[in-house]
Amino acid sequence: MSGIPTITGTALPSNAPGHQTGWLAQLDPRARILCAVGFAVTVVTCDSFGTLVAAVAIALALLVASRLPPRQTLRRMVAMDSFILFMLILLPFTVPGEPILTIWGISASWEGLAQATRIALKANAVILALMALVGTMEPVVLGHALHSLRVPAGLVHLLMFTVRYIEVLRQEYMRLRLAMKARGFRPSTCWHTYRSVGYLLGMMLVRSVERSERIMDAMKCRGFTGHIPLMKRFCLSQNDIVFAALFSLLIVTLLVGEALHAAV
Amino acid sequence: MHVVDGALSNPVVIGGAVLTLGGLALGLRRLPMEKIPVAGVLSATFFVASLVHVPIGPSSVHLIMNGLAGLVLGWAAFPALFVGLLLQAVFFGFGGVTVLGVNTFNIAMPAVIVGVILRRLVLSGTPATGAIWGAIGGAMAIALTTIFVALSLALTGEEFFAPAKLVFFAHIPVMVIEALLTGAAVYLARQVKPELFDVFEGARS
Repeated sequence: MSGIPTITGTALPSNAPGHQTGWLAQLDPRARILCAVGFAVTVVTCDSFGTLVAAVAIALALLVASRLPPRQTLRRMVAMDSFILFMLILLPFTVPGEPILTIWGISASWEGLAQATRIALKANAVILALMALVGTMEPVVLGHALHSLRVPAGLVHLLMFTVRYIEVLRQEYMRLRLAMKARGFRPSTCWHTYRSVGYLLGMMLVRSVERSERIMDAMKCRGFTGHIPLMKRFCLSQNDIVFAALFSLLIVTLLVGEALHAAV
Repeated sequence: MHVVDGALSNPVVIGGAVLTLGGLALGLRRLPMEKIPVAGVLSATFFVASLVHVPIGPSSVHLIMNGLAGLVLGWAAFPALFVGLLLQAVFFGFGGVTVLGVNTFNIAMPAVIVGVILRRLVLSGTPATGAIWGAIGGAMAIALTTIFVALSLALTGEEFFAPAKLVFFAHIPVMVIEALLTGAAVYLARQVKPELFDVFEGARS
């Protein structure tokens, strides 16, 4: 349905009753965040195809363990900005090397194809591992975990407020859109559409600021003194330590594999 | 415009991370605790706005609106947009982990530049002249973002020169659309609630 401003896939995860969680989601959030970051940094530095395929396999195993909906998650993994796709498609033509084929006098090289494949493998492995390890967390838990990993409290509170109000504002957006539709608004490529959507965004900003004033009043009513305590404390269980140790071993194995490949 | 992991060279990734840490530090200094709720609600608004698609010919584009974010939030746009990018990467798989710094800088620095240069002009004169400055800000923010993205690609290697140029020219229609939307949003805000642009003025923690 082209031409209709749509808004899709904005639901953040929540641990509502009946929410399916795998064993991965039971592990300490801090361990999962650190594992995801360690994995990302490792994978980005690797270059041999064997290592990168192994990294994708690890990410796929994490996906299975995370019990995220596989089809939707893989679609999100593959989705990239169109300009990145363009860049990957152009790479074989812009990297000099042994030609594979020639289109209109421009030749594609094996080296370019290899580089494009490497980038695609790295990007997908990292984002899939991130979604499996961290994306299964309730956003509020993510905030608390980041706080205990020494992320500044201001940034953590900002994250929590943002998470809290995304759904509220999405509904406000839908309501305003419905009101426009009821008055016969049909989006197309014209000045009227852009002006109307611009007004819509402006209205959302105005309402947001007014909403935040009410939030602040309500907070003061409940004794807000310029400080919000973050009370959640985590403690590492034996399972967390075993997982972190095994995952670190995997990362080291990837690095050793890469080093062996480089030495050959 | 999210770059993915593995595409950029190490110096570019590290440089982006360092610049973003600096921007976050400056932004958080302008976010005392009593401004966090309003910043959070606005950050959520820009998150929702980035999911809106508007038609352009037979296709559609999603909005970025970093120019408007800079006009309203100033330096606080850095942490606000960072939070949005973090949530998008973790929960929706857009962008990446190691490139979070580069992506934040490419979106948030143009916002801050537009906010610092144009905020006063947007508030001066009639709402109509304010809207024109707002439109200039909207186009400028997207232009700067594409230039920063192109620069991060070009600094990585010369095989990215052609895609870097392509990124810029392919985004010219987006600049026009964001200019029109930002102009209209500024016009409405100037009529209804001009204080919107003063929320973060002079805030210090």
